[in-house]
Amino acid sequence: MSRTITIDPVTRIEGHAKITIYLDNDGQVEDARFHVTEFRGFEKFCEGRSFWEMPGITARICGICPVSHLLASSKAGDAILGVRIPPTAEKLRRLMNWGQLVQSHALSFFHLSAPDLLLGMESDPAQRNIAGLIAKYPDIARNGIRLRRFGQEIIRILGGQSVHPAWTVPGGVREPLSNDHRNQIKRMLPEAFDIIGLALDLFKEAAEDLQEEAQVYGNFPSLYMGLVTPDGGLEHYDGVLRVVDSGGKVLEAGFPPERYRDIIGEAVEPWSYLKFPYYKPYAYGGPSYYKMGMYRVGPLARVNICDRAGTPKADEELRAFRQLSPKDKPVASSFYYHYARLIEILFSLEKIAETVEDPTITNARVRSHADVNQLVGVGVSEAPRGTLFHEYHVNEDGILQKVNLIIATGQNNLAMNRTVQQIARQYIRNGEITEGVLNRIEHGIRTYDPCLSCSTHAVGQMPMHVTVIAADGTVVSERTRG
Amino acid sequence: MSVVTLTVNDELVSAQAGQSLLAVLKELGLEIPTLCHLEGLSERGGCRLCLVEVEGNNKLLPACVTPVQEGMVVTTHSDRLVKYRRMILELLFAERNHVCAVCVMNGRCELQANAASIGMDHVRYDYLSPDLPMDASHDRFVLDHNRCILCTRCVRVCDEIEGAHVWDVMGRGVNSRIIADLNQPWGTSTSCTNCGKCVQVCPTGALHARGATVAEMEKQHDFLRWILDGREKKQWEHNR
Ligand code: SF4
Ligand code: SF4
Ligand code: FES
Repeated sequence: MSRTITIDPVTRIEGHAKITIYLDNDGQVEDARFHVTEFRGFEKFCEGRSFWEMPGITARICGICPVSHLLASSKAGDAILGVRIPPTAEKLRRLMNWGQLVQSHALSFFHLSAPDLLLGMESDPAQRNIAGLIAKYPDIARNGIRLRRFGQEIIRILGGQSVHPAWTVPGGVREPLSNDHRNQIKRMLPEAFDIIGLALDLFKEAAEDLQEEAQVYGNFPSLYMGLVTPDGGLEHYDGVLRVVDSGGKVLEAGFPPERYRDIIGEAVEPWSYLKFPYYKPYAYGGPSYYKMGMYRVGPLARVNICDRAGTPKADEELRAFRQLSPKDKPVASSFYYHYARLIEILFSLEKIAETVEDPTITNARVRSHADVNQLVGVGVSEAPRGTLFHEYHVNEDGILQKVNLIIATGQNNLAMNRTVQQIARQYIRNGEITEGVLNRIEHGIRTYDPCLSCSTHAVGQMPMHVTVIAADGTVVSERTRG
Repeated sequence: MSVVTLTVNDELVSAQAGQSLLAVLKELGLEIPTLCHLEGLSERGGCRLCLVEVEGNNKLLPACVTPVQEGMVVTTHSDRLVKYRRMILELLFAERNHVCAVCVMNGRCELQANAASIGMDHVRYDYLSPDLPMDASHDRFVLDHNRCILCTRCVRVCDEIEGAHVWDVMGRGVNSRIIADLNQPWGTSTSCTNCGKCVQVCPTGALHARGATVAEMEKQHDFLRWILDGREKKQWEHNR
């Protein structure tokens, strides 16, 4: 009979995570499941509200990347209004998105991953945290805080508050950028550039000692999806959808994002509340073959699928990144999400620097006014963790009839499960869970920087029912909560 | 006009007979929480937030609808009053869906401000979480029943100032709803003149401008004073 080991909770990822590892009769790891057991109900809860409120409401789904929801939601709102927003408004929205990327990636790299990368995966858990990092590498920890603050400052300057800025709205943004604020951003830039340079050096150094990890932390073929500019550059706000396979073949070069349903399906498994989005054309045999359509989104996917970044320093770094994988193939290991994050920070800083020099950035006309002109609106943008889809169906009055959200962490669900399985196979011997194994699984999940409370927002405390089933179908144990 | 003398918080004060207790208390500069009361409209005495203690009376009395009387002994602030005012506010929050964080009136709402100033940091009652619609059928305004506290300011301003009488209250108790005309979508109302007075006097996010986003709604009550003064001075009567 199988033995089942449950690791709970996975620390340091926001939201709850539950993992089940299935052993075969020989005590070897057979399968692993990363369960998400929070109750989703968010989409339902928005029905009956007005689409005008959605940027503000959806920004609250996720305290981790509110800006991404603001943007996707505002864009869906723009589509319902059927307007083109003023060019300055678009630039300001992009500015805020880059600020968000910097702050979110800095948090992931410096606070959530650097302790593992620099102190070692097998180190004492009491030390393997940000406090331990500060004790051993005070400069690095401080830099992380500074870089994160840079991103937060941009969001605060634009949105008036850093956590839930309801500043972008259907039709544009609420407030223009003042010249003082523009200068304030300019002044903060040099330090941010310095820090990202140091972080890149640091990562490359650490990666040399972590080659074994790079081989097994989510190193498998998959598809990659994300937005690119119409001419193939790195993109985070608008553009077209691109899908690339593990060999580097472009499956979708420039798919219209609003038609995402044609290529993305969502599978459901009884053991997780988090859906499993997949690339439909690859599930040849029908929806039950959805795992064939596994794709990854987020920093690794974005730098893998683009032809170029489009800014000088990021392009230089991208060339170095490409060396990790021969023959123009995408980099396959999720371990390199870390690297991709740093490249994206660099790119964002370059774009921010470029944008604040734009003479039109302080224009006062930042909002287009209209009412409901379309009954369906789709808004797609790149959140720090990957592509984010908001789809709204409204009635003539703008009241939401149906809402569909596909969130980055959900799209990485299949890959996260695969990653946990791969790590478990490599490091679990005789079913024994050492501290090191725990750390490694944690880190494997954290390469994706999942925002679980985001993807499966808890509307309330849902009663839970946990059942463990053996390979032969018998229930090993069963637990009910609430 | 005859003058009456009363005691307010241990001080002797004089007032004109016929004045409401609330008016006198406000003249004294006392902060009395109110919601249904609005200067310029008739009093309703519905929200009970302006409750005060009057000696010789076991019950607490709403100041807005209590006329001053000779020899009255009034207390406006006490633990007992705070307890009841807070309870009233908590019940208002529990009755419908007030999600301030995403409300168009966040930061400028009178209900929210009252709750904050009394130190209401949580609600001790079960939320009813009713399933209530938004009426966004009007070209310019939206009625969101989720945020309505049934103060009837909209009903009164529309009837007494605008003279259109679009709004009424339907149903009883917890099932009461503000309705337009004969309980129809606001946008189909034939009596609404689109003046927006109801929106301006609504203390919460229940009535707001179409297209307003979170925390974006601002309201002005000044027009009421201005209209009433003009009427009093017969500013707009030319042919007499
Ligand atoms: S109407 Fe006032 S109390 Fe109610 S949700 Fe809005 S801000 Fe909060
Ligand atoms: S809609 Fe506003 S003004 Fe009218 S009763 Fe409700 S809360 Fe009062
Ligand atoms: S203000 Fe007196 S009862 Fe509402």
